[in-house]
Amino acid sequence: MTISAVEEKVVYQRPESLSDVPTHYCPGCTHGIAHRLVAEVLDELGVRERTIGIAPVGCSVFAYKYFNVDSAVAAHGRAPAMATGIKRVLPDRVVFTYQGDGDLAAIGLAEIVHAATRGENITTIFINNAIYGMTGGQMAPTTLPGQHTTSSPGGRDIEITGFPVRMAELLAGLTGTAYVARRSLHNVKEINRAKKAIRTAFETQLAGLGFAMVELLSSCPTNWHLSPPEALQWIEDYMVPYYPLGDYKVIEPVQDLMKR
Amino acid sequence: MAVELMKGNVALAEAAICAGVQAYFGYPITPQTELLEHMAKRMPELGRAFVQAESEVAAINMVYGAACAGVRAMTSSSSPGISLMQEGFSYIAASEVPCVVVDVMRGGPGLGNIQPSQSDYFQLTRSAGHGDYHAIALAPASVQEAIDLMGLAFDLADKYRHLVFVVADGLIGQMMEPAELPPMQPITRRHDDWALTGADGRAPHVITSLQLNAPDLEALNQRLQAKLRIIHDTEQRSTEMLTDDAQLVVVGFGTAGRIAQTAVQQARREGMKVGLFRPITLWPFPEKRLSALADQVSAFLVVEMNTGQMIEDVRLAAGGQVPVTFYGRTGGVVPVPEEIYDAIRDLYRKLQSRPARE
Repeated sequence: MTISAVEEKVVYQRPESLSDVPTHYCPGCTHGIAHRLVAEVLDELGVRERTIGIAPVGCSVFAYKYFNVDSAVAAHGRAPAMATGIKRVLPDRVVFTYQGDGDLAAIGLAEIVHAATRGENITTIFINNAIYGMTGGQMAPTTLPGQHTTSSPGGRDIEITGFPVRMAELLAGLTGTAYVARRSLHNVKEINRAKKAIRTAFETQLAGLGFAMVELLSSCPTNWHLSPPEALQWIEDYMVPYYPLGDYKVIEPVQDLMKR
Repeated sequence: MAVELMKGNVALAEAAICAGVQAYFGYPITPQTELLEHMAKRMPELGRAFVQAESEVAAINMVYGAACAGVRAMTSSSSPGISLMQEGFSYIAASEVPCVVVDVMRGGPGLGNIQPSQSDYFQLTRSAGHGDYHAIALAPASVQEAIDLMGLAFDLADKYRHLVFVVADGLIGQMMEPAELPPMQPITRRHDDWALTGADGRAPHVITSLQLNAPDLEALNQRLQAKLRIIHDTEQRSTEMLTDDAQLVVVGFGTAGRIAQTAVQQARREGMKVGLFRPITLWPFPEKRLSALADQVSAFLVVEMNTGQMIEDVRLAAGGQVPVTFYGRTGGVVPVPEEIYDAIRDLYRKLQSRPARE
């Protein structure tokens, strides 16, 4: 048997919607997985060439370098407002925001709530890793009670700081939202489920059904001071119980989409 | 188009529509709300975008988004709302996307009141957001001029890919005057070379104000400054009256300049050699013409509806050659021509009582 007789079959490659550049993310950070899932979905839906992405301020501020689509970087928390401006003048384009928990759930709370309640026909990918990563590990609105951060050094004290925000539940309560789900990136099974949800979120926009958000529980080994495997385990042990996974809002036309 | 009686805020809105604005985002605030209300009715009629935002912060960031898509986009507000928009101004200036912002100024600081004021001069010409830049600022003194400057604002914004303010005050926004709108401009696609429209058959476009590397950010700033120098050198605009033989020139912009006109005419009737200089561009400040006048006159009297802000630019333009004095009312008080006349007369007498200038 000669070598040339061996048939090659590509089983895994970089999605076209992902640029061929190294990322700046820390080892074990799940941003890379989230990026890849979004890129795979854009490829599969065949919309890369009419997609506009809005990067946030935070660890994923450079998302515009990694997604091979037209992109802008918003001011901290304002990505949903910027996406609104773009989508309203280019309604046939696919517009998405990619935001972390400080960006979306703290400084940008008004912008995300109002984009959602207006039913803006955009898609939001929300990375919840319970910490401010870029600035070095401060308490986020999603930091768990008792969690140690540089600005809650004795552990988050709910008597002083109040409670973590559950964004999926909050947005699901708004009449304007079409699809709101929470998934996790801590193991393969959940990653596959996350991809399906991201696909549904973009399909919701393509069908003109309104606002869709997928919250993704993510790891931050660097600022959690855990090894990458320990960080994934921490998601399962501590984050999932406080932030239960599931679909929080699926309006009927989106349910029909999911059946197809 | 025929001359018709129009309220300033409505005229500003309709002039923007005539100029081809494709997206308006705003938040209600007195005394500019009629502008937003007119847009709420007209923009959907024309199939253009209108969103009442949840805040001025969101409104300016929606403008930023629409401007990134390459269309003519605008917002309008009044002083406290303009304060909130400063974040967006800075990002827009750094990203070099064109947009127009109308400020119908009211009394401040703080919540202040809803009466006319000119106390945003510093805010608009000096500190419209963090970083090293100036926005272009155009100041009308009548409803007709507001219409004319609205069209110019969009043209300058597109020409320089820059932020342009149209600076009115509550009086211009609220008063009704006969005025004529320009013909409706067709909507044209602009900025395909950089706008975000989807990377269809081309490399992706990216719009960002982030430059982490210090030499890169310095280079961006130097490029911005080079653009601003061109604007500074070529876009200074002003109007004047009775300055040919004037010994005293009154300097005022917008409503203050217009009220001063009546006072100057009265002083002329009394035989005083007094003229009026009214800056139309607040940035770039029309310093070339004002410097030339400084060679001729014995003094400037700056009249503003604030406690003295533009006077700093007049002093810079005068370069210490002649005294620059000030008369102003603030807190929403609009001066009447008589009190400006009194200030002119007092200063003119002082000038007469000292030796003539060589």
